[in-house]
Amino acid sequence: MSDFLHSVSLDASKCIGCTSCLRHCPTEAIRIRDGHAVIRSNFCIDCGRCVRVCQHKAKRAIFDKLTDIDPKFKHCIALPAPALYGQFENLTDIGSLLESLVDLGFDEVYEVARAAEIISECTRRYMRKPNIPRPVISSACPAIVRLIRLRFPELCENVLPILPPVEYASRVAKAKALKDHPELTQDDICTVFISPCPAKNSYAKNGLSQTRSSIDYVVSIAEVYMKLSGKTKPVHPGMMRSRAGIAGVKWASSGGEAEGLFDDRYLAADDMDNAIQVLDAIENKKFPHLEFVELNACPGGCVGGAATVENPYIAKARLMSFRHGLPHNRNYLDVRDQTPDYVPPDAMLDAPINDYVPAFSLSEDRFEAMKMMGQIEELQQQLPQIDCGSCGAPTCRAFAEDVVKGEAKIEDCVVLLRRRLYVKPEGGKPV
Amino acid sequence: MAALHFHFDIDGEDFSSAGDASVVMKKKLRQLGFPSDAIRRCSIAMYEGEINMVIHANGGTADVDVYPDKIVIVLEDHGPGIPNVELAMQEGYSTSTEQIRNMGFGAGMGLPNMKRYTESLEIETKVGVGTKLTMVVGV
Repeated sequence: MSDFLHSVSLDASKCIGCTSCLRHCPTEAIRIRDGHAVIRSNFCIDCGRCVRVCQHKAKRAIFDKLTDIDPKFKHCIALPAPALYGQFENLTDIGSLLESLVDLGFDEVYEVARAAEIISECTRRYMRKPNIPRPVISSACPAIVRLIRLRFPELCENVLPILPPVEYASRVAKAKALKDHPELTQDDICTVFISPCPAKNSYAKNGLSQTRSSIDYVVSIAEVYMKLSGKTKPVHPGMMRSRAGIAGVKWASSGGEAEGLFDDRYLAADDMDNAIQVLDAIENKKFPHLEFVELNACPGGCVGGAATVENPYIAKARLMSFRHGLPHNRNYLDVRDQTPDYVPPDAMLDAPINDYVPAFSLSEDRFEAMKMMGQIEELQQQLPQIDCGSCGAPTCRAFAEDVVKGEAKIEDCVVLLRRRLYVKPEGGKPV
Repeated sequence: MAALHFHFDIDGEDFSSAGDASVVMKKKLRQLGFPSDAIRRCSIAMYEGEINMVIHANGGTADVDVYPDKIVIVLEDHGPGIPNVELAMQEGYSTSTEQIRNMGFGAGMGLPNMKRYTESLEIETKVGVGTKLTMVVGV
């Protein structure tokens, strides 16, 4: 875990230690130390929530830049996330946006929305298998998958063992380019994902459990937006056409993936707090009749990602406006000779997600862990329980843990310190 | 080694918080490094007990003692008691009201699940006085 490459970082010169990110971090990965925030690497799931809430622009999502793309690549394929389509005012046809990407210098565009439709078909096929752990949990949001690996190990086996659409897009686009251009070798081709969030950049750099990513670069929707805003082409004859349907485009907002399964027994939740509550409930076997669970770390789904420009709900409304010009889907998956639950092996994860990363345990030795927890419980009783964050920990509980672990000093609690200062001289009770 | 003791008051008025104690307990057990299977069994058994106390007994208390090799959960309420324990242990048997069932509870799996997921389940109950359940989850 220590070699995990994160895509959320801190610019300490801009951070004033305001505790805003501290309160919003879903895994309590942030502490304020020496006046600025510190991210604890093994707890961070790159969800980007701190990036969204930071008023001082000190929290940054890290992406590749378009200028980082190595000129040695002879064939550069853009993989636009469907959330990109919702960013532009006055965009009436997705094709004109795709053509603008080619004008930007890409040799080819493979829409992630198109891959999403194929993944939907694969998921429907997978769900026909009788003995799979249910409910099946989507594998598309890497922040959620990482959260499950850290905090809900029992649910690892429920995670859909099928590639996230962007990975499928990258692999298929590369294979197709090799076939279409026999003069190219693998080393000549690169894929560039245009991403709504830092978590997907982390995915590309680290993979998902044992699945390595074939994506070469991840740039932010915000960067591409700046390059294309106001420059998307008017609709003209012979223009590039979108190869996706509305089903694939809908994946950009919460519920879109689940709707594509044509089965009402699903739950779709967005935003980290909701996702955590749902995972807790699944772990307690609260939903006996649920088939599929779609969870997105960002509010509204991928349209709410920290690297998007437009308000998620406005972006969603724009995406829906494309539905008149698009077919439902175009997932031409040719599996005619196969059984109804056949999933093409090239759409499967390289290995199922089954590794538990116990980042939360106090000590590897259970006796030691129990001793520490006893001390934590005792210390917590003395703390003010107001979760003010002044000590640099998100809650009094987290502070007690930090003290027992030797990462903080009891004197860091300003409320306790104040109580001690105000002890009446005659030895009366503190006020 | 002395047990770690945790006490929870289960609020009988509030359905939305039913199950919260088991979630808190799960987090603690994870911090203590218990195997995930034991955590899951403890969490389900305790969750079912909490729900039962909210549905039938207007709340109660949960006391959990954690030992290095076992987790002992004691749930106590001052509800109506269970008139026929044998019947209540049958899968699908429920005395819940229609309203409770409409909320997705009362499937008659509470006590059977508690038995299924624990090493032992001891029931002390007296009609009109209350119920005390003692469950042991082995590690």
